[in-house]
Amino acid sequence: MMDLLGIPVPVLMGQLLIGLINGAFYAVLSLGLALIFGLLNIVNFAHGALYMVGAFVAFLLLDILGIGYWPALVLSPIIVGIFGMLIERFMLRRIADLDHLYGLLLTFGLALLLEGLFRQVYGVAGETYAIPESLQGGYNLGFMFLPAYRAWVLAASIVVCAATWYLIEMTRLGATMRAAVENADLVRAFGVNVPLLVTLTYGLGVGLAAFAGVLAAPIYSVNPLMGSNIIIVVFAIVVIGGLGSIKGAIISGFLLGLCEGLTRVFYAEASNIIIFVVMAIVLIVRPAGLFGKAA
Amino acid sequence: MSDSTNTTESARSSGGWLSDVRLWAAIGLVALLILPHFLYPVMIAKILCFALFAAAFNLLLGFAGLLSFGHAAFFGFSAYVTGYALQTLRLSAELGILAGVAVAALLGLVIGLLAIRRQGIYFAMITLALSQMVYFVALQAPFTGGEDGLQGVPRRPLFGIIDLSTNMDVYYLVLAIFCIGIFIIYRAVHSPFGKVLKSIRENEDRAISLGYDADRYKLLAFVLSAALSGLAGSAKVMVFQLASLTDVQWQMSGEVVLMAVLGGIGTMLGPILGATIIVSLQNELAQVGSLSTIVQGAVFVICVLLFRRGIVGEIGPRLRRWRDGGEKDK
Repeated sequence: MMDLLGIPVPVLMGQLLIGLINGAFYAVLSLGLALIFGLLNIVNFAHGALYMVGAFVAFLLLDILGIGYWPALVLSPIIVGIFGMLIERFMLRRIADLDHLYGLLLTFGLALLLEGLFRQVYGVAGETYAIPESLQGGYNLGFMFLPAYRAWVLAASIVVCAATWYLIEMTRLGATMRAAVENADLVRAFGVNVPLLVTLTYGLGVGLAAFAGVLAAPIYSVNPLMGSNIIIVVFAIVVIGGLGSIKGAIISGFLLGLCEGLTRVFYAEASNIIIFVVMAIVLIVRPAGLFGKAA
Repeated sequence: MSDSTNTTESARSSGGWLSDVRLWAAIGLVALLILPHFLYPVMIAKILCFALFAAAFNLLLGFAGLLSFGHAAFFGFSAYVTGYALQTLRLSAELGILAGVAVAALLGLVIGLLAIRRQGIYFAMITLALSQMVYFVALQAPFTGGEDGLQGVPRRPLFGIIDLSTNMDVYYLVLAIFCIGIFIIYRAVHSPFGKVLKSIRENEDRAISLGYDADRYKLLAFVLSAALSGLAGSAKVMVFQLASLTDVQWQMSGEVVLMAVLGGIGTMLGPILGATIIVSLQNELAQVGSLSTIVQGAVFVICVLLFRRGIVGEIGPRLRRWRDGGEKDK
């Protein structure tokens, strides 16, 4: 058996893969947070809850309507995205001019509400969601076994991250959005419907969260608490990477997932807290975050 | 937060016996002394613990403008320390509580030093993340009892001589702790220190340009708030004789935010009222699954959308206007 740093290679690779998969979820979630923060200037505390709702929508589509994984992967983000746009239009917009901390408080309340509702109906045990047939099995890479579904999650999240980055950085719509981040009043003066843009951005951000939720459904159980467990870690990642850049959010998501995986190999007890430790170190060394501009 | 009001201060300046803080404090104290003879003392003691916790939290949010989403770390961890000191080290009650407060203050110093490096929403996220780290430590450390927590913590005599074996004894201990804690907060808010904190809240750059070291003031407020939250957590161990993971979880941090916001941030009475409402509500809804979480979420949303100043913050100014109007009529 091959060894690397005293660790069998399959074990090391297996943990790195898990780290990379977690990193994929972190990246997609912090990407959505960064998008929303850019235009709305709020930290969407409900992001984790909406990720959970995304997974539940997929589960319910299958359970009630018999709609399978592939349509759910598209439908669930759309449904949650529309729900998010309603939240933005009827709640967040009303407090848009106030201290941004109110946005945090409001979305925290929404997160509690959503989590409580699903817990009331489905309990804390969670529901299972089967891996779609076309993605069962896996590949033997010689040094490790790669389950097909995990490969798909990794590929899908990289594509989605890249597509979002392209949308923001390379298209005309993205340019308008970035302009609105810089100076919303000026962009409005050019005849752009900025409030609509804000609503769409929020919808896109939470749609990404729902997409991550559907991807996660077959890996983890569909559980009312799945959102709150992950969102705090994502917040730490966002502090590390800075909310200022799309690229920063994606890169730090994947990197910290890997970092967590490596920690699980060498010192498993610390794997729960390693990201928070990294956050503390970054705050000491570079308070503005790795990709952030100094305030 | 920018649109929080300061009820106590304007009340004092407008004069009249209705605004006499000392009179109302005396009435409140007498009520709290008699109340346990009519209601279950453990229940009121629980409310007092959370009221102190919320008031300590409000010292930070209401008067320094810092939203911490990690106060459960101080509340819950000091509970573990006090529980360990009483159960395993067999210290007397006051030493156990002091140990809890000291550790909470130290924890506040470390978390505060890191968190004040960023502002606004980042501050909230950092405190939340670091408190989650404390949660994992509490889950895995050898002295916390993991998932079970510390159970059957003995109520050791105060100073080694004053017996605390009945619920009534403990109630009066908690009442004394509550009064000391609230008095410290009141003094801090109405001191030059409190004035500087408010000026930092209103305009940090200006406070710095006037020569105040804003970071030091913020850190001091953070440590004070953490220590008092720890005091509340230690008091809770005396009441319930247990320390558990629920007290260090992020939900607890959210609960204390809700208590302060519902009652009215930046007021002295608000957090106490907020804690009373939320704890009573939880008691009523405890049997019905996660209904209490749903209601809390809904109250949060309604508060932020409709009455951001909280109950005391909204009613206080109205009462004063009504009273001032009445005086003019004479």
